[in-house]
Amino acid sequence: MTSPRSRLALRLSVNGTAYDVEVEARRLLSDVLRHDLRLTGTHVGCEHGVCGACTVLLDGRPARACLLLAASAQGAEITTVEGLANADGSLGPVQRAFKECHGLQCGFCTPGFLTTIAAGLRENPNPTREEAKEMVSGNLCRCTGYQNIVASVLRAAELGMTEPGPEPGTGPGPEPGAGA
Amino acid sequence: MTTKLIGEKVPRVEDERLLRGQGQYADDLMPGALETAVLRSPHAHARIVDIDVSGVLDVAGIHAVYTYDDLTGPMAEPLPLLIPHPTLTHGRTQYALAKETVRYVGEAIAFVVAEDRYLAEDAVSRIEVAYEVLPPVVGIDAARAAEHLVHDDVPGNLAARMEQRVGDAESAIAAAPHRLGLDLHVERSAAMPMEGRAVVARWDTDAHRLQVWTSTQTSTGVRAAVAAKLGLDLAQVDVMTPDVGGGFGVKIVHPWPEELLVPLAARALGRPVRFTEDRREHFISSAHERGQDQHVEVGFDDDGRVLGLAVRFWHDNGAYTPYGLIVPIITSTQLLGPYKPGAYSVVFDSLYTNTVIVTPYRGAGRPQGVYAMERTMDAIAKHLGKDRAEVRAVNFIQPDEFPYDHGLIFQDGRPLIYDSGDYPGLLAKLKRLIDWDDFETFRAACAAEGRRVGIGLACYVEGTGVGPYEGAHIGVETSGKVKVAIGLTSQGQGHQTALAQIVADELGVRFEDVEVVAGDTRRMPYAVGTFASRAAVMSGSAVALTARMVRAKALRLAAEALEADVDDLEIVDGVVRVKGSPSSRIELGTVAVLSNPLRYAFDEASQAATQFTVGDPGKPPVAEDDEPGLEGRDFYSPERSTFAAGMHAAVIEIDEDTCEITILRYAVVHDCGTLINPMIVEGQIHGGVAQGVGGALYERMEYDESGQLLNASFMDFLMPYVTEVPDGIELDHLETPSPLNPHGIKGAGEAGVIPAAALFAAAIEDAERIPIRSMPISPSELFELRRRHTDPTTSEEPPR
Repeated sequence: MTSPRSRLALRLSVNGTAYDVEVEARRLLSDVLRHDLRLTGTHVGCEHGVCGACTVLLDGRPARACLLLAASAQGAEITTVEGLANADGSLGPVQRAFKECHGLQCGFCTPGFLTTIAAGLRENPNPTREEAKEMVSGNLCRCTGYQNIVASVLRAAELGMTEPGPEPGTGPGPEPGAGA
Repeated sequence: MTTKLIGEKVPRVEDERLLRGQGQYADDLMPGALETAVLRSPHAHARIVDIDVSGVLDVAGIHAVYTYDDLTGPMAEPLPLLIPHPTLTHGRTQYALAKETVRYVGEAIAFVVAEDRYLAEDAVSRIEVAYEVLPPVVGIDAARAAEHLVHDDVPGNLAARMEQRVGDAESAIAAAPHRLGLDLHVERSAAMPMEGRAVVARWDTDAHRLQVWTSTQTSTGVRAAVAAKLGLDLAQVDVMTPDVGGGFGVKIVHPWPEELLVPLAARALGRPVRFTEDRREHFISSAHERGQDQHVEVGFDDDGRVLGLAVRFWHDNGAYTPYGLIVPIITSTQLLGPYKPGAYSVVFDSLYTNTVIVTPYRGAGRPQGVYAMERTMDAIAKHLGKDRAEVRAVNFIQPDEFPYDHGLIFQDGRPLIYDSGDYPGLLAKLKRLIDWDDFETFRAACAAEGRRVGIGLACYVEGTGVGPYEGAHIGVETSGKVKVAIGLTSQGQGHQTALAQIVADELGVRFEDVEVVAGDTRRMPYAVGTFASRAAVMSGSAVALTARMVRAKALRLAAEALEADVDDLEIVDGVVRVKGSPSSRIELGTVAVLSNPLRYAFDEASQAATQFTVGDPGKPPVAEDDEPGLEGRDFYSPERSTFAAGMHAAVIEIDEDTCEITILRYAVVHDCGTLINPMIVEGQIHGGVAQGVGGALYERMEYDESGQLLNASFMDFLMPYVTEVPDGIELDHLETPSPLNPHGIKGAGEAGVIPAAALFAAAIEDAERIPIRSMPISPSELFELRRRHTDPTTSEEPPR
């Protein structure tokens, strides 16, 4: 029987790369990503699933990495902010939109917004202003006051129309085998 | 590029890496560091009878556990009281780990160092503490009643009573044609940056040096505190500020217990150590702000001109006073806003309670002061049946009255003298922006549809750019790259971009060639910190002055090399050249080589420099009053603060049935002097407005009578999402440059949040025709107020 402190060998697929790690069963996905895989772009703002800073995509759908045991993510294709850039390393459309529209200040909540919006725009590539707001209504930001984030969503939609972003999970990531 | 950059919406240099998830926040650093957890008091007030850590020491993966008994020397003394004041007769600070008594839920008692945080938390849960629970003091009323004391040796729970007076307010009020009294209340909130506190430290055993990275607003402050407490020379300690995920004031407090314990453990264990708090810890062991009770007496004439204003308030400072009396002092002085009352007196009591400490949060006492003043202005207008904007206009300091001396002492210990401003101009812009004069038409139209709407406005003046100083170091490398170091820190305000704009303009180099580093004591060891909306003013001025110094030296050397007159030279895109004769030129990087007469040529740049000759073979290569290198270091130290101002207006709608409040329109007119990067300034205002909305309508700290914080999580402490902020903010600027610094800059960082409580109280009162005295107000509280207003026979207590 697996107890919280049992050690588990996991294979996690992150941004198209397979990582082998050995961690305690109770270890959260956010901690495995950040500290075992050294993908520190996913941030932890509350660790109770509310703020959304830790949002990653599991098979393209937003999920709170702080509420998932790493073991639960095995078998899914995980996308983090590190996987959102284009294959040539240039910023993807959501990222470019944020830069153009000054949609970030301290940058701590930003990765969670970027993954959420990347998934949201795949589902709804041409949102209305209201739909754009609803798309990000589950993410907290303390710096920007959201005005420019809404603008960024709409701009990302514009940019996405002319240059589709990467498939989630295929952006450039660190070298394979970078696990613990 | 010859376009001037100051005033331009230059995209931020910070964004590339932050957008890729390549930010480096404290918890991202130092893989493999040992991790830590803190045992925190579960009681608001208790005596520690015994601590038994024996259950911890046998657990695998635990490296150390500390309690107060393990602390020696300066570490065993209380944490510093950072800003003493003669009036703070009973200042108190906590110990890094509680000695005998804990005075708030969350106070640190024991510190565990382990292989990872999970194990550290396991260990913390095995520490057994025996407490003698003592009666807690919670809330201002209980503190005043003083049936119980937070500190045995602080009678009445009174940390300080401060009075400031100009003229005889009491007599002026008594003699005035009209008089009013108001009782007001503001609830506690908190900064709540998305990144909590985090610190990581490494002791270099080879170099005998301590390196500390901490999510702070003052690297120099942390450095001094760590050196003092750990018994190290200042020169042995480096403090670097990593990327910081928001501060909003809470991260100016230093040293946190963990900022001392982490380096202590790193040195003792010979391993890097980190502490990263979780959100619950941030709620119960960082800092809060805003809670005050206020009583205002005002005397005024038939036009609403304030003849006398007497303010008495009670400030809840929490269990300790590490930051002194800054917050209530700011309330006392900034309360005056853009007005010139005939006579003014302000008396406050700063009171202890068994709750989290109270230290500055964006606005730092100004919101409370503005609340008192603006509610008073609205009350005067209502009493006289006058327009609320007109009553304010009658009280304004006029444009020709600057500099205006209020006769008070400000938070920087200097006279409260406003340098420049145009308050009538701001009001005129605001009224146009929000269609103030047409509102009754709008109200009538809404009423016809059964909709209840209201409008409010609020004005504020913000003393920014407080001293004592900030500095900058600028060095031009032989490559032509310009390396700038500022001492204060960044938490998302885009300093690296805005300050690079100033340097590029002043020095004549390309923006892309300028790199700004902030908050690294190795690069700039003299600094104060980021707070009071001071960075643009202080560091902006310092980089401007330093860039001018470097430019002067570059021109002097280039003039020698080009055999030209200094006045005939210009620097464009990093090239010094003779005006009108661009072939006579020398690159700044080459000038840098020439500035440093070396024996050895290291690279192509130094070889290329040999075609020029500088210096007189008959004189020393480095003149007596000169130094090698194309670099400069200069400081900006102002006589006093500079005063920004702003006015906000909002139109709200209140649901007939549920009392839910919707913001229909929100307008801001703002004067922060010269704008370096308007995009960044507007972003700051947007963010401040959101925090203002949060504080006015949603955020409060729910302490119960035993001092337990009931809503210590984002599930129950309600911060605005995108759905709670106005859908678009109408924003306009007015620039009255400050005469006190080279570019006429005033601060902007806190502007957005300052008037919110006053503003929403005004708009709600206007919609409901019910006096609003206590903020924040929730729909259910408003519902209850409405009910009691229409049926005064109900006996329920007013909401507090």
